[in-house]
Amino acid sequence: MARMTMIEAIRDAMDVMMARDERVVVFGEDVGYFGGVFRCTAGLQQKYGKTRCFDAPINEAGIVGAAIGMAAYGLHPCIEIQFADYMYPAYDQIVSEAARLRYRSNSEFTCPLVVRMPTGGGIFGGQTHSQSPEALFTHVSGLKTVVPSNPHDAKGLLIAAIEDPDPVIFLEPKRLYNGPFDGHHDRPITPWSKHDLGEVPSGHFTLPLGKASIVREGAAVTVLAYGTMVYVAQAAAAETGVDAEIIDLRTLLPLDMETIVASVRKTGRCVIVHEATLTSGFGAELAALVQEACFFQLEAPIARVTGWDTPYPHAQEWDYFPGPARVGRALVETLEA
Amino acid sequence: MTADAPLSLHVPEPAVRPGGSPDFSNVKIPKAGAVPRPNIDVEPESIRDLAFSIIRVLNRSGEAVGPWAGLLRDEELIEGMRHMMTLRTFDARMLIAQRQGKTSFYMQHLGEEAISCAFRKALSPGDMNFPTYRQAGLLIADGYPMVDMMCQVYSNSRDPLKGRQLPVMYSSKEHGFFTISGNLATQYIQAVGWAMASAIRNDTKIAAAWIGDGSTAESDFHAALVFASTYKAPVVLNIVNNQWAISTFQGIARGGSGTFAARGLGFGIPSLRVDGNDYLAVYAVAKWAIERARRNLGPTLVEYVTYRAGAHSTSDDPSAYRPKTESDAWPLGDPIIRLKNHLIVRGVWSEERHKQAEAEILDTVIAAQKEAESYGTLHAGGKPSARDMFDGVYAEMPPHLRRQRQQAGV
Repeated sequence: MARMTMIEAIRDAMDVMMARDERVVVFGEDVGYFGGVFRCTAGLQQKYGKTRCFDAPINEAGIVGAAIGMAAYGLHPCIEIQFADYMYPAYDQIVSEAARLRYRSNSEFTCPLVVRMPTGGGIFGGQTHSQSPEALFTHVSGLKTVVPSNPHDAKGLLIAAIEDPDPVIFLEPKRLYNGPFDGHHDRPITPWSKHDLGEVPSGHFTLPLGKASIVREGAAVTVLAYGTMVYVAQAAAAETGVDAEIIDLRTLLPLDMETIVASVRKTGRCVIVHEATLTSGFGAELAALVQEACFFQLEAPIARVTGWDTPYPHAQEWDYFPGPARVGRALVETLEA
Repeated sequence: MTADAPLSLHVPEPAVRPGGSPDFSNVKIPKAGAVPRPNIDVEPESIRDLAFSIIRVLNRSGEAVGPWAGLLRDEELIEGMRHMMTLRTFDARMLIAQRQGKTSFYMQHLGEEAISCAFRKALSPGDMNFPTYRQAGLLIADGYPMVDMMCQVYSNSRDPLKGRQLPVMYSSKEHGFFTISGNLATQYIQAVGWAMASAIRNDTKIAAAWIGDGSTAESDFHAALVFASTYKAPVVLNIVNNQWAISTFQGIARGGSGTFAARGLGFGIPSLRVDGNDYLAVYAVAKWAIERARRNLGPTLVEYVTYRAGAHSTSDDPSAYRPKTESDAWPLGDPIIRLKNHLIVRGVWSEERHKQAEAEILDTVIAAQKEAESYGTLHAGGKPSARDMFDGVYAEMPPHLRRQRQQAGV
């Protein structure tokens, strides 16, 4: 075990896999010599050479398209899109190509590919460095979508993603890179070195894709969260005193319905939180699934707390971000409903 | 103070529209044999003019002339012609089958047969094509079973792709034929990535990318050229310029660039234009470009100048946008007739043998068709099971798909 930030844990996962498997290659914008704008690939080029870890032209469609060709050849590319906000030029390659190679070729050609991208806000990145586009991936058959919330999980899930035979979208909440963040932006930052989940097993270890984690057991209400919102939900529960059961989904697709359904059947109430915009967000899917499976156990309407349906603003970042106060209100209202 | 004149938008138009007389005077055609054959390690800057000329081997008298001639033996040429004739016959039968309602859709190669048939013969086993929907000659010339192709077109019980893909979107790893997307240009950059992977692994295989004139306008085409140029990927970047992108003439994609091949020059990629209706020229240029890739000299861009003599697809009627006689006026002729004439000039072929070959090929294609139809057609007989629809989305079926399959009751 070692203490790591989420950046170090992600780098360690790639390091472990590059050492174990020569088919693993890493590339993207500023990823090679410099080691990435968030430093996630620092040192990998030095260690594995510039044909295993290299800089790419600023062309996201090119990065993903080339990686698909490499995956079809038999490599296992783990590529970086510098910000999830920059992935739109690559969306056609992800949706029409990576996600469908296996299906349309009857498994003759496959696409073992990981596309890493920093997601979410909280760093004053404005509308082009803050978006959470996970629902654009969960809507696509053939993709898996993972959102880790801590260094421990990030390493285990990233190694599992690299070893997965199908394309995986790996969204890294950038506000969590250096510490758990509960939405209290005006308070001092907690580093991962002071958090249990900053303890990361050394060497090769995996967490299965499609398994959620219960981060707080409770009886009053189930909270479904992922990424940064896991800590916001914990703060909201602590501050309101609501005995919430908080589930960190970790993988959005495939989704761990078993854990979700068992919890909601127990609590009879459900609050869904995500940073992405509300309309057609992943929360809508979660709400539909929960009511389909738990309608007769529900004692209150399912609530959603999300970013507003606006572009991610710059100066109004903390008015936009669904912080602990908003989540706390939803917990209380759901209990009182 | 003088007022600025108002601006006006330039929208290119083809030389002729329906009702007019076909006019290809803008297609400058050099004499066969006139274009030099550089060494494969040539500096790209020194052969820039090859992006504006047309490499041709067969002259009007049916002779093979010039520095690009002399690469193929008589029996290889006869085999090449049989491949082209087979592809044309295959297309003709499948077009009829589509009209008979045996499949939903079909796309033919009429006039473009030389390109994919000759290119395949210049590749080695293990190389990978990333084709569009008009390169089935890559399969025919590599001996892929016609019955399997037809089963795919019919989406029947023996369809290798289990009914999941549109007709003609074949896939065969064994025959170096990457699964066709149907989305345009996406695979151009994938071919570059595949080639980069081969170089990363110190392999000896090369990739071939395929695109049409219209789709060179797509961003993915430019991404491919950047990546191929930057990493000197072992890839041949093929552009089939058949003059028409459905109803849109090639000038809309080409814009102010003199030729499509010229697109490669700014990337420092050797860029050649070749007579796409000349089997010998296509083979010679393909061989040159493939050897460059194989010797780690990097990518080559090749523009095949040809003409789409048929409709874009069974859903298209070209008489709505181009003169009906335009195809007859195409100055580079028909690839099968030109190779036939060459073989006759060489004294190894005759009109009688050609007729005999046509009859034999038709018999073979009809026999394959009968067998394929015994496994079903789109709306009759055997077909892939509805259960197959849920397989292959992922390596392992996730719980939500299992539930949906149960709901579907299949």
